[in-house]
Amino acid sequence: MTKIGARIAAVAASLVALAACGGSATPAAQTDVGITSTSISLGNTIAQSGPAAAYGTIANAELAYFTYINNTQGGVNGRKIDFKILDDAYNPAQTVPLTKQLVEQDKVFAMFSGLGTQDQTSVRQYLNAQKVPQLFVATGATTFMLDEPTYPYTIGWQPPYQGEARIYAKDVLANHPSAKIGVLYQNDDYGQDYLKGLKDGLGSNSSMIVDSESYDVTAASVASQLATLKAKGSDTVFLFTTPAFTIMSLVIITALHWEPTIYLNSVSNPEVYMGIAAKAGAALKNVTSVGYIKDPTDPQWASDSGMQLYKTVIANCSTCNVNDGFNIYGVAVAWSMVDVLKQAGSDLTRANVAKIATSELNETNNPFLLPGVVVKTTSTDHFPITQEQVITWNGTGWTQQGSLIDERGTIK
Amino acid sequence: MAHRLRTLPPRYWLVLVVVLFLIGLPSVIDSFQSGEWAQALVLAIAIMGLNILVGYSGQLSLGHGAFMALGAYISAILATRYKMDYLVTVPIAGLLTGLIGFLFGVPALRLSALYLALATFALAVVAPSLIKRPAGLTGGVQGIVLLPPVPPQPLSDAYAFLTGTAMTSDQWTYYVTLAWGLVLFWLAWNLLRHRAGRAMRAIRDGEVAAAASGINLAGYKTLAFGISAFYAGIAGSLFGLAAGFVSPDSFPVALSIQLLVGAVVGGLASIPGPLIGGIFAYFLPIESNQWVPTQTWIPVQIATTIEKAGPAVTYGAVLILIMIFAPNGIVGLVGGAYARLRGRVRGAPDRDTGQMPQDTQTV
Amino acid sequence: MQEFLQLVVSGLATGGIFASLALALVLIYNAMGLVNFAQGEMAMLATFIAFTLINRGVNYWIALPLTLVIAFGGGIAIQRIVIRPVERAPLLTLVIITLGLATLLNGLAGAIFGYVPRSFPSPFSVQTVDIFGAYASYRDLGVIAVSGVVLLAIYLLLQRTTVGLTMRAAAHHAEASRLLGVRVSWMLALGWGLASAVGAVSGIMVAPIILLEPNMMQTIIIYAFAAAVLGGIESPLGAVIGGFIVGVTVNLAGTYLPFVGGDLQLAVALAIIIGVLILKPNGLLGRPSVRRV
Repeated sequence: MTKIGARIAAVAASLVALAACGGSATPAAQTDVGITSTSISLGNTIAQSGPAAAYGTIANAELAYFTYINNTQGGVNGRKIDFKILDDAYNPAQTVPLTKQLVEQDKVFAMFSGLGTQDQTSVRQYLNAQKVPQLFVATGATTFMLDEPTYPYTIGWQPPYQGEARIYAKDVLANHPSAKIGVLYQNDDYGQDYLKGLKDGLGSNSSMIVDSESYDVTAASVASQLATLKAKGSDTVFLFTTPAFTIMSLVIITALHWEPTIYLNSVSNPEVYMGIAAKAGAALKNVTSVGYIKDPTDPQWASDSGMQLYKTVIANCSTCNVNDGFNIYGVAVAWSMVDVLKQAGSDLTRANVAKIATSELNETNNPFLLPGVVVKTTSTDHFPITQEQVITWNGTGWTQQGSLIDERGTIK
Repeated sequence: MAHRLRTLPPRYWLVLVVVLFLIGLPSVIDSFQSGEWAQALVLAIAIMGLNILVGYSGQLSLGHGAFMALGAYISAILATRYKMDYLVTVPIAGLLTGLIGFLFGVPALRLSALYLALATFALAVVAPSLIKRPAGLTGGVQGIVLLPPVPPQPLSDAYAFLTGTAMTSDQWTYYVTLAWGLVLFWLAWNLLRHRAGRAMRAIRDGEVAAAASGINLAGYKTLAFGISAFYAGIAGSLFGLAAGFVSPDSFPVALSIQLLVGAVVGGLASIPGPLIGGIFAYFLPIESNQWVPTQTWIPVQIATTIEKAGPAVTYGAVLILIMIFAPNGIVGLVGGAYARLRGRVRGAPDRDTGQMPQDTQTV
Repeated sequence: MQEFLQLVVSGLATGGIFASLALALVLIYNAMGLVNFAQGEMAMLATFIAFTLINRGVNYWIALPLTLVIAFGGGIAIQRIVIRPVERAPLLTLVIITLGLATLLNGLAGAIFGYVPRSFPSPFSVQTVDIFGAYASYRDLGVIAVSGVVLLAIYLLLQRTTVGLTMRAAAHHAEASRLLGVRVSWMLALGWGLASAVGAVSGIMVAPIILLEPNMMQTIIIYAFAAAVLGGIESPLGAVIGGFIVGVTVNLAGTYLPFVGGDLQLAVALAIIIGVLILKPNGLLGRPSVRRV
């Protein structure tokens, strides 16, 4: 916004706020910056252009859900949610001024679902110093949950990468105790976090890992890394890779005439990606993963009420592909956000909302998560989601194996 | 004295006005906007350096983002690991980066313009993965978090006295950046007005002729590299100050492209160009994302495409259009218009000698 | 030994990808002495056009030549609209324009098609071939084979036809060619059209392997630069050989050199570029050029 435009907007906003204050506050209610009698404003920074732009649809899905709530329920306790999305192109240097703009100029109540580990780390200190909630960041990096005591206004949502890897470790120890493990991981926080979780989960058995190979997103192919893993004798492969590289890896593994047990991470497991891999020649034998959200392309949820709700909601977003797993993720986390706001009731202060999200959440009925998955935080445990379901690929879809595994309390 | 003031060319007055404007700016804009302007000035400083290399000595570098990263990390490491005062690290980062740039310039001599562009482009793409490697030193993908700078008390008090509010961290960052910008601007201006500048321009306009007239080609070209890297290093260091965080993803190849766009738009081989270029390059993605959708006179389809495409489409279009229609950038356009206007006022060139009336601009 | 062989075979396979794009770069260089930074993005856009056609139900074997024609036309259009106005400008200007073009096309593709990776059909099957215990898929071999065919076509065009000779003459000695009556400007346009078509072939062959999305050529082009520079920027054969060498070197360096590792593959390509330009600037098969004053 131009300086003049910003000043006019600021003046206008304060006039509106003054007018609103005059009329409607109920005696015991407490509000805060970003809250008027008719609206709650939330801010978001996400990559909507550039290399990571595929994630951008998450914010659009979240907006779709807030629109749905505004239209069907009149918002939360009479206040409509005003969701401001800004594009930071996955560059932390842009995340910083955009976040400051949302906080200082647009005066949002809280930041919600910011995407990217480096990006959200870059503003974590600022937001906590300003006491602005940084809620449900869209990354599984363990630090956002583990370091809550240092950053009480910040909390993640999705299962931590390390927790997911620990579940894989459990599965390997239970089902393939003499496995020789090879790991392919992306050389960023994502891949490295997963690898750490696997090693910690294997504990004294971490020598089962015979080799680990990393790659950078600028690599043309991961064939050499996989060839090396095969040559070192791995019979079990872990793919801690982002979707495009996961698909390529699955194809290469088959092309190498290699049939290891494959574990692939939850970000890459939507059925649409498996379909692409199959078409490109991947055999997809012995593939295991975990999930915690319902997959829109999974026929078992066809008549599920949660899935129907998702489809209704996502219709609000004209650019969202209903089959994209990122979109149901967005709707699910937006559901939790609304849940928190409802729980805050009349105490709609930043401090209270942050406290609820980080320490008082007990959500058992999120319609988009797998049955049984809870979103729960306590004063000593700040990992909202820690349960995941082991799934295996059956040729056309994922089959659930056993029951939910809970990693709560294992990550220190 | 008064006579000298009156005969100062208009551009000196313009500079004064601009400087005063920049000094007063934080008092009329939001605090966080000072932080944004600080980042724009950071780009301007880096573009000043790039300008010296590209506009004046004719060597194209598409990897100045990597030099910025170097400066930023040197400062960040010195400040966090060795507990140095951040402001002290800024010139150190600049000098070290300048030295490395100078060393870079030596093999660069052997590359023709095209190949230099290629090699530096590849460097810009590779830079983030190189940063991630020595994770113990650089913090790897976690990056390095920097404490927000605190304005010194006397300055903050003075500011409060003048404007009524204490100086914020963002405003302090802005003033530090502005101070460095003014110093470096003055440095560049002096450099380019004198022998070194003329030598470099001679090299740019015709290497063989320049060498034939006795200019030390290798010396000036590597000097240009070193100086421009020095500027980029300072810019990178201040960049870390403004953002409060350095990480590999803060220096993507898009940054190097952004610098190039700024240099081209402002006007290659112009001194004021970098400031205009820095402001343009910095604010464009933000405005195209936020301001464009609110303009109802732009057809919805176009507005949505511009917003979804991000700044890339606009950057690309601007680069092409400027190079075709206004290769001397905005400064060239304005300067050209001004010169034509002045020509009408002052009169035509002398018929015999072809000399223009007094006061032809060289920069 | 087995691993080594597999690394070599896989390296040749990715090398084929680099070679196919490098051929387009070489063609442009032969036409106007310029490296086109937008080559990869043009190839990517052409592949998206093919994708759109196939999605609308057009048969692959019709969509393919149709796309090549569109790409050819697009290349000419770009030359006419964007490059011709600055034909006589210094090299710097042209390089900046091609960079601007690359940025523009990438953003445009992202805005129109989105960033989700898509699969793209290939005429070659996904079955693999056993080469002394190392494996390559028919798709990988297909890329190499098609690159070879394109190489042959380019060679014949440049070296054995009048048009090719005229094109090269226009690139090397524009003024002299004009004096001889050559329509230099249209030769350049022809070069751009052909390069664009070759790029389209590359994109179409390669997309099934690396998945179709707007950023797919962004790093491939750097490997292609390395291949072209290594082979000698004027030599199509050099580009192909260069591609193979880059592909294999990147794999071997990543595996056997401890300080390199799998995550610095692109840095290896950069090292190749710098190394070649310093040690042997004309590449393996290039001819030294004399600069006239």
